[in-house]
Amino acid sequence: MSKRCGMVNGFPDCIFTGVFHFPGEGKLKREGAASCSFCCCTGGGSAPAENRLEKTWQSLRREGRTALMPFIMSGDPSLEATREHVLKAVEAGTDIVELGVPSSDALADGPVVQDAAGRALAAGVTPQKVLEMVAQLRQETEVPLVLMCYYNQLLQAGEGGFIREIRKSGGDGLIVPDLPLEESDGLRRAAAEESLSFITMVTPLSGLARSRQIAGAGSGFLYCVSVAGVTGARRNIPVEALEMLKTLREITSLPLALGFGISSPQQAREAAGYADGVIVGSALIRGMEGKSRNERLEFIETFLASLRSALGPG
Amino acid sequence: MLPDSRGYYGPYGGRYVPETLIPALNELTGVFQREINRREFLQELDYYLKEYAGRPTPLYYARNLSRRYPGLKVYLKREDLTHTGAHKINNTLGQGLLARRGGKKRLIAETGAGQHGVAAATVAALLEMEAVVYMGAEDMRRQAPNVQRMNLLGAEVRQVRAGSATLKEATSEAIRDWVASSDYSHYLLGSVSGPHPYPLMVRTFQKVIGEETRRQLQQQEGRLPGAMVACVGGGSNAAGLFYPFLEDEEVELYGVEAAGLGLSGVEHAATLNKGRAGVLHGTRSYLLQDEWGQVSPVHSVSAGLDYPGVGPEHAYLKDIGRVTYEAVSDEEALRAFRLLCRCEGIIPALESSHALAYLEKLSSSFLTSSSRVSSEIPVVVCLSGRGDKDLGTVSSYEEERGGENE
Repeated sequence: MSKRCGMVNGFPDCIFTGVFHFPGEGKLKREGAASCSFCCCTGGGSAPAENRLEKTWQSLRREGRTALMPFIMSGDPSLEATREHVLKAVEAGTDIVELGVPSSDALADGPVVQDAAGRALAAGVTPQKVLEMVAQLRQETEVPLVLMCYYNQLLQAGEGGFIREIRKSGGDGLIVPDLPLEESDGLRRAAAEESLSFITMVTPLSGLARSRQIAGAGSGFLYCVSVAGVTGARRNIPVEALEMLKTLREITSLPLALGFGISSPQQAREAAGYADGVIVGSALIRGMEGKSRNERLEFIETFLASLRSALGPG
Repeated sequence: MLPDSRGYYGPYGGRYVPETLIPALNELTGVFQREINRREFLQELDYYLKEYAGRPTPLYYARNLSRRYPGLKVYLKREDLTHTGAHKINNTLGQGLLARRGGKKRLIAETGAGQHGVAAATVAALLEMEAVVYMGAEDMRRQAPNVQRMNLLGAEVRQVRAGSATLKEATSEAIRDWVASSDYSHYLLGSVSGPHPYPLMVRTFQKVIGEETRRQLQQQEGRLPGAMVACVGGGSNAAGLFYPFLEDEEVELYGVEAAGLGLSGVEHAATLNKGRAGVLHGTRSYLLQDEWGQVSPVHSVSAGLDYPGVGPEHAYLKDIGRVTYEAVSDEEALRAFRLLCRCEGIIPALESSHALAYLEKLSSSFLTSSSRVSSEIPVVVCLSGRGDKDLGTVSSYEEERGGENE
């Protein structure tokens, strides 16, 4: 992975903190923000302890490992179950957890994630309750927790105010799948102020110039969508996805996480040759559907362990 | 002129969609902006609107109906007389021709009442394109004749069972299809909602309603209307009727939403009256939603108005006070439906019946306003569609009512 400060490529903000600083200047422009230790910048001191996402990528890099990143829907079938699922996933070698906040109108999601959101909503899950669970999890694990939340839920929960609450509860990052670059300025700024990673999404259709902008706007990692389509297990990783990863490697120093459609150890292994992290969602949710508590935990353990060994040791 | 280059009408509009769709929306915006200024395209569209869809539609002075409303001279803009029986064909012809010029082979559409689905299927057959129409299971039941029509026209109707199984879910499914197929498919959205450029594009293809009305009323009355009334679900017929009159401040504009079983409860679809700002289906506008931003279930006897969102320009026009948005109940709409059948020999769509029902309130407000009583005031109601598709709904409603009375 090439390690260059985002600024060298003309990006305005530090790739991890989203805060503007000059590469190699040795001093961050804003007091108290994490240094850009992932880039060529000589940095402004060590990263704060709470920047788990950054620390995780650093150690993954050092050890030459690919991140295992399961997507878990909060509240499917209950928030207590989700807490157990996350802890079990960590045991099974998870590096970063993506936590879904349920939405009734998830435009980027296929039927499996939609159904999971439907079960969570039926169980009365709200964004506030998800954050309460995050706070509880934070007492039990140091695994980076990244929330995936559709924009209307954020908007109604108060945008900037909600971002502060995410940070306070111990969340590390935010993905908003229906908020494209053009609409994201305000939220991105609010996230940067709270040192919350704002993860942007790029697809094989985005094109070079746009991909560059999207990477420049994001922090934490770059979410690389493998296909033009919604979430859901697919048989193969398309050639375009691997091509996209190669191109992105040239234009950004952000870690690249590949998601949408990855469901098997074989696909994970293939992706690991190009990506820094592999996101698995629908296949995990489907394997737990309609199962008892013990069966679900057992499935998480065996399924994630199989992915873990495909990606290299945990 | 609104929208701005990012598709905003004040704080409303924009593009709240997954990244995958942004290149497709940029491409569509490019094709639209190029073609809409080309004489060749406009002539082609004019040709089909005239020779195929039967435009211009009459602006009919409803003499018998007017007698019921002292002070008003009611004119009906007869969109129900277009081919396929609703204003939806104006937009599907425009977008269909645009899609063909953009090199797309397949049309995706959502439909509630089925009128937009039929109009999309019709244009697909005409332009020799493939059509897939998403429709809620509940709407397929309520609007069975339109499902048959779409099948006859060669479209594939895909049933959507999620959620309330109506227009909202059908729209989400149509968008998901487009996320995966935008390189060869055009998403033919039927209303002035959705991400930019849809609200602008659909308004542009529907404004023929208002432009004709203006010309026709000038010929018949030699003046502008005192007021205009149109029903609002997503709001496309209202946008088309109102747009050419927005600058004429003396023309009062009324959009009529579905109050369903009443605005005091939850069984209505009166987004502008009871909703608040939110994001649904790619646009920021008024939205019926709970405290946490989950979209509320809605109700209207009319499938075409049964939608929790509304076009962003209507949200803006409400906020600046240019258009007054009112709501009419199922009961009032059905009464207006029967009245028009009996006194004018015209069977209106239940959607349009909401606009007709508002004449009652309009007439009394015009009467009490003393400055206006000196002469009869021409009022235009958009008769956006015909009611053949609603006969089943009307008769089952009456059976239920009859049962209660016994």
